[in-house]
Parts: sequence; C-alpha cells; structure tokens
Amino acid sequence: MRAAGWKWLIARRLSQAFFVALFLAGPLAGLWVVEGTLASSLTLGVLPLTDPLILLQSLLARHWPEATALLGAAIVVAGYLLVGGRAYCSWVCPLNPVTDAAHWLREKLGLREGVTISPRLRLWVLAGALAASALFGTLAWELVNPVTITHRALVFGGGLMWTVAVGIFVFDLAIARRGWCGHLCPVGAAYGLIGKGSLLRVSAVRREACDDCMDCYAVCPEPRVLTPALRGKAKGFGPVILSGDCTNCGRCIDVCPQDVFGFASRFDKREQTIGQQQGEYVP
Amino acid sequence: MTGPGEKKTVDRREMLAGGVRAVCGAGFFALGLGMLGRQAETRAAQSLRPPGALAEADFLAACSRCGLCVRDCPWDTLRLAGIGDGAALGTPLFTARAVPCEMCQDIPCVVACPTGALDHRLTDIKQAKMGIAVLVGQETCLNFLGLRCDVCYRVCPLIDEAITLERSHNERTGKHARFIPTVHSDKCTGCGKCEKACVLEEAAIKVLPAELALGRLGGHYRLGWEEKRKHGESLLKDIIDLPDRGYGDGTATPYGGAERGANGAFKEFKP
Amino acid sequence: MSVTRRDFIKTNAIMATAAAAGITLPARLHEAEAAAPAGGIRWDKGVCRFCGTGCGVLVGVKDGRVVATQGDPDAPVNKGLNCIKGYFLSKIMYGQDRLTQPLLRKKGGVYDKNGDFTPVSWDEAFDVMATKFKEALKKKGPTSVGMFGSGQWTIWEGYAAAKFMKAGLRSNNLDPNARHCMASAVVGFMRTFGIDEPMGCYDDLEHADAFVLWGANMSEMHPILWSRLTDRRLTHEGCQVAVLSTYEHRSFELADLPIIFSPQSDLAIVNFIANYIIQNNAVNQDFVSKHVGFKKAITDIGYGLRPDHPTQKAAKNPDSGEFEPLDFEGFKAWVSEYTVEKASQISGVPADKLIALAKIYADPKKKVMSLWTMGVNQHTRGSWMNSNIYNIHLLTGKISEPGNSPFSLTGQPSACGTAREVGTFAHRLPSDMVVTNPKHREITEKIWQLPEGTIPDKPGFHAVLQHRMLKDGKLNAYWVQCTNNMQAAPNMNEEGYPGYRNPENFIVVSDPYPTITALAADLILPTAMWMEKEGAYGNAERRTQFWRQQVKAPGEARSDLWQVMEFSKRFKVEEVWPEELIAKKPELKGKTLFEILYANGQVNKFPTTETQKGFENDESTAFGFYVQKGLFEEYGQFNRGHAHDLASFDTYHQARGLRWPVIDGKETLWRFREGYDPYVKAGEGVKFYGKPDGKALIIAAPYEPPAESPDKEYDMWLVTGRVLEHWHSGSMTRRVPELHKAYPSAQVFMHPEDAKARGLRRGQEVKLQTRRGEVVTRVETSGRNKPPQGVVYMPWFDEGQLTNKLTLDATCPLSKETDFKKCAVRVVKA
Repeated sequence: MRAAGWKWLIARRLSQAFFVALFLAGPLAGLWVVEGTLASSLTLGVLPLTDPLILLQSLLARHWPEATALLGAAIVVAGYLLVGGRAYCSWVCPLNPVTDAAHWLREKLGLREGVTISPRLRLWVLAGALAASALFGTLAWELVNPVTITHRALVFGGGLMWTVAVGIFVFDLAIARRGWCGHLCPVGAAYGLIGKGSLLRVSAVRREACDDCMDCYAVCPEPRVLTPALRGKAKGFGPVILSGDCTNCGRCIDVCPQDVFGFASRFDKREQTIGQQQGEYVP
Repeated sequence: MTGPGEKKTVDRREMLAGGVRAVCGAGFFALGLGMLGRQAETRAAQSLRPPGALAEADFLAACSRCGLCVRDCPWDTLRLAGIGDGAALGTPLFTARAVPCEMCQDIPCVVACPTGALDHRLTDIKQAKMGIAVLVGQETCLNFLGLRCDVCYRVCPLIDEAITLERSHNERTGKHARFIPTVHSDKCTGCGKCEKACVLEEAAIKVLPAELALGRLGGHYRLGWEEKRKHGESLLKDIIDLPDRGYGDGTATPYGGAERGANGAFKEFKP
Repeated sequence: MSVTRRDFIKTNAIMATAAAAGITLPARLHEAEAAAPAGGIRWDKGVCRFCGTGCGVLVGVKDGRVVATQGDPDAPVNKGLNCIKGYFLSKIMYGQDRLTQPLLRKKGGVYDKNGDFTPVSWDEAFDVMATKFKEALKKKGPTSVGMFGSGQWTIWEGYAAAKFMKAGLRSNNLDPNARHCMASAVVGFMRTFGIDEPMGCYDDLEHADAFVLWGANMSEMHPILWSRLTDRRLTHEGCQVAVLSTYEHRSFELADLPIIFSPQSDLAIVNFIANYIIQNNAVNQDFVSKHVGFKKAITDIGYGLRPDHPTQKAAKNPDSGEFEPLDFEGFKAWVSEYTVEKASQISGVPADKLIALAKIYADPKKKVMSLWTMGVNQHTRGSWMNSNIYNIHLLTGKISEPGNSPFSLTGQPSACGTAREVGTFAHRLPSDMVVTNPKHREITEKIWQLPEGTIPDKPGFHAVLQHRMLKDGKLNAYWVQCTNNMQAAPNMNEEGYPGYRNPENFIVVSDPYPTITALAADLILPTAMWMEKEGAYGNAERRTQFWRQQVKAPGEARSDLWQVMEFSKRFKVEEVWPEELIAKKPELKGKTLFEILYANGQVNKFPTTETQKGFENDESTAFGFYVQKGLFEEYGQFNRGHAHDLASFDTYHQARGLRWPVIDGKETLWRFREGYDPYVKAGEGVKFYGKPDGKALIIAAPYEPPAESPDKEYDMWLVTGRVLEHWHSGSMTRRVPELHKAYPSAQVFMHPEDAKARGLRRGQEVKLQTRRGEVVTRVETSGRNKPPQGVVYMPWFDEGQLTNKLTLDATCPLSKETDFKKCAVRVVKA
C-alpha cells in the first residue's frame, strides 16, 4: 500500500457510530430521537422505518402488516435505492465494525488459511430463510439473525446475546476471510438486491490512470465487483460499479494513489481521461 | 481433447450439480430454521405477551422484534426475550410475578406496534387477553384455608368481574365463611396483578396463556342446557309428559317434608 | 430435646379429655412444652398485634427468634384463622431498620434542636430528656409537659404511663391515639348508658337476623369478624345485610341493601328510622317505659376547630354537651320532622331504600346487630351519631340480648383494654372515672396511695389540642409512645409538624422503627414491640388477652413500660410536686417518682420468681419484681366490684382471653340483662346500671352540616381510611415485603366520570389539593373502592403520600375526635 487516504473510512465509522448513538441516546440519555431498533423504528415520533427483509419474511409468513410497517419498509427501500443497497452494510450495520476488525486482525496476523465459501451462498441462505418463513409461517431468519440480535443487544441490553457478535468475529478471523458480510449474511444479500438498481455508485472514473497496484483489491470487501469496472472497458463494462454487492464503502476511493475512484450516479457512464487535471473533473 | 461443446456440457453438468447442492443446502437450512421456529413457538407458561398480541404462531409471523412496544410501556412491564426466557428471541413479553401489566387505558404498546403483531383493533384494554389467571395452589391459597387474604381479588383491576369471592361455609370452625377467589375467564385480561401481589412464597394464583389455562371440551359432546338456551326451547318437539299419581296434589311428599325457603335451600332446623 | 411418643400421646389424651369436657387447658402445660419444644419450636399463646378483633395466635420461637406464628385453632374469636396481616405477624419485628439505640439530635457533641440524630446511651438520653421536662415544669408548670400514647399499648404500659403523668408529673396532658379512633364511641356510651363499651359481644354475629353497617368497612378492616358475619348471612335463612357508606367499598359485596349516602347525612337517616319506628307503632313500649329516659341535646355546638376559626366562631353553643329535658311525646314530636322525604333529600338515598332499612329495625321479629367504626366515630357529630344509633335500638328494645346488639367496633388491639378501661385519656381515670369528678380523684388517689389533690382536676390537652399547644408553645416537653401520630393526625402542615419543630419544644418519640413521627422528633427511643415484652390487650368484645415475653428485643431496645418506669427514677418528688402536697404525706419526702408510683408496696408486691419459668421478662429482671403482675393487680382494685371486673392476673395467663366483667369464674357475654349480667339482680330484667336511675337515655340530636363542604374552588369530598393489607400508618406492615408488594403505594379512588371530566386517565399522577396542603398520588378508577361522583377516597398508610397534609382538624366537639372522612378537595393533573 502506498499512500492510503482515510477520508471515507473515517466518515463511515462516524456514520456507524452516529446510528448507534442515535438508537442509544434514548435509553442512555433520555433523548428519544429514535425509538426501536433497526428492525423497526420510529424517528421523532413521525418517521417509521422497517427493515424490508423482515417485512418480506412477515409477508411470506402470511401476515399482512399494519400500514406503518409497509410504509416504513417502502421508505427504507427508497432510501437505499438512492444511496446504494449495501450502504446499509457499510454505513449502518453494527456488525460491520466487528467484521472489519476481524478482517484487520486476520491481515495483521497473516492468517491466510481458511474455508472458501462462494459469495453466492448468501443468496441461498436468503432463499432458505424466506422459504422457511413461507413454509413455517414465521419470521424464520429473525430467530437467528446476528445483525438484529446484536443491535437489540446494543439498544436493549441483552446479556448473552453479545456472544453472537463475538461468534461472527471469531468466524471471520479464524474460519473464513470476510466470511460473514461477504459470503453468508442474507441481510446483506437482500440489500445487495436493492443495490442492483440503486442510484449512487462508485465509479472508476479515472480507470485509465490505474497502474495495477492492486491496493483497491486488497481493501475491497467484495473485490469481484472491481474488475468489470476497472478493467472491463474492452468488453464495454464500467466505469460504474453496477454490482449490487458493492457496499459503497468508498475504501477504494481512499486507498487509490491514482484517484481512480469516485462516487457517481449509476447512469453516469462518462470517464475522465488522463489529460485532465486532477480534481477538476467535471462530468 | 475436449471440444468446446463438450466443455459446455461439463459446465452445464457442474452448474446443475452446483445448483442442486445449493438448493438442497438452502432447503436443509430452511428446515433447520423451521424447526428452530417450531421450538420458539413453545413459549414458557410464565412468559406473557403484551395486550393485543396475535395468537402465538401468528404473532411470530408478525412481530419484527423492534422493541417499540417495550419503549412505549410506561411501567417497564414489557421486555424483549433473551436467552432462557422461553420465548422467541427478541419478542416482547412480561412476567406477571415480576412486573404485571397496569392496563393503561390508551394501550400505548399496541399503538406503537408497527406491524400489527399487537392487534390495533384492541382499543379497550378490558378486552385484552394476555392470559388467564388460574388459582393453581388450592392447597396453599390462604383463602381456601379460610384465612382472609384475598389480596388477588382486591388488586384485580376488574374486581368483582374477573375475580369474585365465592362464599362458602367453613365446616372446621363452624362460624366463619371462606371466600374463594374465583376467576372468570371471559373477563380476566391476564394482566397478572393478582400473581404479582400473591403473598405466598410461590404464587398460588398464576396467569397462564389461555391455551394452557382453559380446558377444552370434546366436540363430540354438547351441554344440553346450553343448547336448549341457544335454541330457545327443547330441541325436541311434541314430547309428552304423563302426570304423576299422588305427587304434587298435596297427598304425598317424596321426602320427610323438610321445609324449603324461597331459594330452594332447606330451612334451618329449629326445635 | 424431644418429646417421646408416649409423652405425646399422653398429652394429647389429656387435651382430648379436656376438650370433651368443654374445657381448654392451655395453661400449666406450657412449662413442659417450654422445656421440651416440639420440632425445635416452642409454641405459646399470643394475640394478633393489629386490629381490635383480637385474634388469638400461637407464637413459635426458635433460637431466640419468632420464626413462625399460627392462628390459634382453639381461640374463640378466630378458630385458627387470620387475615393477611396476621399471616405475616412473625415478620413485623424483623424489619431491616429496627432501632436499637437511642438517637439524639446533636451538633458539636451536645443536644441541638437542629442537629443530626446521633446514637447516645440510655443514660444520656434520659439525662437530656429529664432536663427538658424539668425545665418545662419549672417554667410553666405541669400543663407544659405531655404524653401521647396508644390503643396499642399493653394494659400495664397504659396504666404505668397514666400514673406517671397524672400523678407523677401531675399533668393530665395524656391522651392516646385512640382519640382519633373511638373517642366518639366512648362519649356515646357515657351519654347514653353512663358506662363504656359494648353490651354485646361477637357471639351476636351468630345470633342476629340482620346486620346494619353504619360506617364500617368490615370486609377490609375487621376481616375475621367479617367472615363470621358472612357465614351467618350464608347459613341463616333470611339473613339480611345492609351496608351504609359514603362510597362503595368491599363490604358492599355482601349487601342485600346497599346504601350510599352523602357525607354527614347519616344523622338524618338514623333520625328518620327513629321516626319511622314511632310512626309505625314499632316502639317497644314496655321496654321504653321501664328502661329508657329522654333528653334533647344542645345544638349548634361547633366543630372543635381553633376558637378563632370563622366556622367555629359562628357556633352558638361551642363544645356544649348539655341536655334539655324531654319525654317520649317530646321526642316523638321532635323526630317527626325527619320524614322519609326529608331524609331522602338530605342523604340522596332513594326513599324505598330508607324505608327498607327502617323496616329491619321496626320488625319486632328481626334481631338486629348494628356495627360501626370510623365512619360514625370520625365524624364532627360522632358522639351524637353513636347515641342516635342506640336510640333506635332502645326504641325497639333490641339490645343486650343475643343478636340484638348495637356494636361499636374498635380499630386498635387495645383501644378498649388500654385506652378506655385504663383511662389514658386527658379527662379520664381508670374504670370510666374522670379527673373532673372529685370523688373519682379521691378513689384514684386512695388506690395509688397518694396525698389528696395530687391529680389535677382539669382535663388535659386532647390529641388535636396537643398539636395546637405544641405549635403555640404552650406544651413544651412531649413524649410520644407506640404511635405514628405525625402521619396519623389531621392537618399535618398547619398543626402537626410546626409543633414538633417549634424551637421551644423538646419532642421524644419511642418507636421500634424510624417513622416520620420519630424523624420529626428530637430524641428517638428504641422500643421493644409485641412479643418482646409481656403484654395484655383488650379487644372490642371486652375480651382481655395476655401473652408472655417470647423473645428479647434487638440491641438496646426497651419496652415502653421499662422506659416510663426507668424515666420516673429521674424525678425526685420535690422537683415535681409543690411542698404543700408533699406535706400531706411527709413519708414521700426525698423519694423518686419510681418509688412513689411503682415501688409503692403494691406494684412491687410480687417477686420475679412468680414469672413463668423458661420465659424472659426483661422489665421484671430490670426492676427486681414482677412488674406486670403488680401493675395489673393494683389496677384490678379499680375495676373489681365496679362492673368492670377483671379476673386475676394468673387466670389470664391460663385462658384464651376472658370477657369482663369476670365474676365467679365466669365471663359476661351480654350486659344489662338479667341472667347474662351478674350486676342485674333477679327480677330486674334489664337494668342500665351505668345511669343512677338504671335507664338508658334516648338523646334527640339533629342533623347539622359538616365543617367543610365542597365548593367551587375545592369541588369534591375527600374520605380517608385504611386498607386490609396495611395496619394504620404501615410502620409495621410496610416492612413486610409481601404486604408491601400487595399494596405498595396509596392511590386516590375516583369515579370514572369525575376522572374523565378532569381529563385524567387511570394510573395517571395527580395532585390532591385542599386549603391545607397538597399530595401527589395516582388515579384509580376501578378497583376495591368505588366512590360516587363528587367523592374521592384515599388511604393514609403510605408515608410517601401523606394524606393527612390534606385533612381538616375539625373534631366532634364532644369527643374531640377528628373527622377524617369529610373535607373539601380538588384533584388536578400533577
């Protein structure tokens, strides 16, 4: 790694902290901006938000929810259609810092061994969870969902439930590289499906400047998504990363010494040529 | 050597195999989750759902485990199930013996529920059915023993409706009445104030989920008097009754002639 | 040690034989049991610590601790049953915060009114206390010292305190908390019969055909008696129960005739019944002509408020208990204005209900038991109301026989035994005698072996007046025992608290627990309670019951009896009596009050060896003689032969309580009637021998309005009272976790429509405001009490919600008992 930037990483951590603080301000300080959890919440007593995957499970379990939940899920879907489906994973989800930490430690310790899991597995997990919800008429994934369990434990306090987060950490550290978020989590998978059509994307706008240093591959939690955007010009791909798996974490933007990456609209197919001055990019 | 067509075949076969593997895996996973779900449906008897909660299976299909009901409970009655609470993780419950439901008139927990797992049609808290109180400890209940406790009765928010005191003569002392706390399941909301207040070391009155508390009659038998009442008259028509000789015309009495009062009870013997 | 099987069978055989013979033999067998307790627990008889019912209990002691209790299965009152308070008796002595050391307010090592409570020795406590009492006596004389006692005192505690105050310190400023409780009942008895306490007994409950509750929620306040009454209603064909109250309470559950009347209007209802009886020729003419006299009460007698209170100033004859002459015809004419229409209009009760109630009394074939407590007693016309109920029993002759019984229930375990019979009131001496009567003083001084003129001839300050005098700085050294009067007395903000904190005053409070009264005092004395001392209580049916000391009190806690007697050692007679008085009996010179009052040759007559072996008796050990026996036997001289005959001390330790007069080894169940009462001679039939002419009085007393009624500003009636789960101020029961949990905090009971009109929801926090103070509580619109619109009910057991900040210190002008049932209040959102 040559000259790593930290801007988006810091912004992301601040964002994660902000969301945790938002939910904790009520129980800890009595500042009830948001009530509830990521599963369903009510902001300032007016804005309902509901996790779309939970709602989907509920619908499959043949429960027709109150309008509040439907509206809340619609708002969430709309929101992530704007900012990127898996932006949830990198900017909001409380497990992300855990898995990031596991990944960081894994790199530090030089642990290379591990199980190889197909990243597509999460889609099957998602399918399995939804099938179970439909078949058994229950919110099947919510029986085990580490994301909501962890968040509940944070917001409501939950004793043993902390161990779920610890388990994920150990899994990611010792068993599979980026095992949870990158391969298994059906919540991420669901948001990834939203991400397939979301507006804000990372774009390799200056891909011509790429010097193949591979730094972006090293930091990217879903490195597969980089190739078409970065190197797919010949086949007519890119420069926008259109894969729903991209979490819009912006880490590639941070680390690229050539400033290849930037945020852009998914419809913005323009590129910046080498000749143009850095920082003067005008679409 | 393998031609391109052959390669394609292998790819297809591999893909097919992979697909089958994945589907089977997902299937097994779903099955596992489903079994877990079934397990979660068996709720511990002391874990009671908030007012308006749908039937347990429906509730588990509806509750997003968001905790909004818990937040809006002004009495800190509700909490989210943790491990060992005998209910699906993260679902709201309360334990009557610890903190009972105070039966708020505006039912804020139900209003807060975004999914309708707590049924928004419940607007009168007296219609809530969180469970049914059952006086299980009939050998330890102080009132059964003749003492005057009746704490459960007096804390009942629907006193004289959900719990009444049924009086009976205390044969042992000969001059005291026993006041038997009697729960009426059609009125009991299962708020748990009685269980909370029971002064015994282990409560003699407990709120149980309705399905545990109430027995169920077999469908193969009907209560004759109820059927007659519903029907308004005997289910049979044109049945005759022949008069009895000597009975009812003052010439003979069936028993020794004990005097009866207006309510049919025998009159006190007075020498 | 264990009882062998053989011994066990033998003992049981004896008991079985005794039982078959109709005798119960608990007495001397105790010695064997005390020596060889079964199951490691020693069982001995005791009495419930709480209400006036007087349930018998057995107390189980192991390793110096009361580990269990049981209802005494052979106790005639309760047959082994208890209410929920009685169920927890074994826990009341073991609260976490028992006081174990005297605590004196100190700053810089010395007493300071504004100092912090600091542990001190008994010596230091009594030194400071004696200095303060002597200072007050010297400066302002005996009227500047006072004592407030209790209907929960044991008989000898009350007796020792009465001697100490009335003879020792020569101050009649001794009054019990029973003043708040049944002073009106006493005045009623004295005015109508000339002798105190009910003529009937609990056996009436098994004989009556109808019961009328005139202001008693027996279901909660006398739970075991209520179960007897209920059993009668259940098993006796045609039995009727009428319940009258200003709000619907638990006793209404049994009511055949439920009557909600507007506050104070019971006076009109009872007079209507008298009128109905006369108009419908239901008067027992024979009985009336032989046994009844008539008088008319002087009216417009005020409300016992401070003389400068405008309401009080408006009264024409304040505090007058005088009579005008009257006869039957006069009474008939007088009462004729109480038509059903008028009574219905004043009370708000439908006429048909009033007539149904009157018919119960008028039916000559129906035996009627009237029962009442605080609804009638805590009433600005409580003394009248008591007598008015007797009026209707006397008119019909339904009195003094099984089932025909006007029965004044008592609230406290020894309101009768201690407060009334011993005479711990500011105007009273033992056995119904009064300080204003020179003959009575003479009898008392003679028994007490005191010079003539020792006992002052003016009544002292009664309970409410004591608070006023403390506030006004006229009562300066003050000792409170066995009661939580700061919480219990009315108008705390204006009258109670200012007096305690008046810099001129020194306040001593003896209590087992740090009650708010103790914490408002200057010196707190830790007190032994209940089974930590030998005791005796007298219940509402004249039953005197004894118990032995079962365990030692914790730390340095000492009984009220020890405290009074030990404190009396601090006074040399020269310090408290004038020379001319001592000169009448020079042999008293140089003696301490202890020597004069207690080591007087009578009280110290019985040696400690007479105490029961195997049981402690801390007072006797401390003073070197059998204190309780000596006091009781001296006290016996007052009542034996004076229609209050108590049995011998030793008899009571052998019996499960006896109803006085105990004469020729027999109890008396019904007084004033030949055959039942040995004081009525053969051929007399009925004789109300409390009156010189043997006739009870029918007293004409009208309806008069209450002291304070709702108006625009304070628009509702406030009624206060108790709950079953807690005893009085909760100082004992709130320390039992289970009882606390069963009823943790007070609430205000309110009609749902009243709540709605004020935008209040059930469970919401509200402020109750009166002209005197404000209390924050929560609204209860359903539940055990259901007030009609315009009335709210709030219990006063919760020291977190001091209900008596709200109440008005208006009293019955005759009995000086506060009306806790009526004042004007408003309820607003908190």
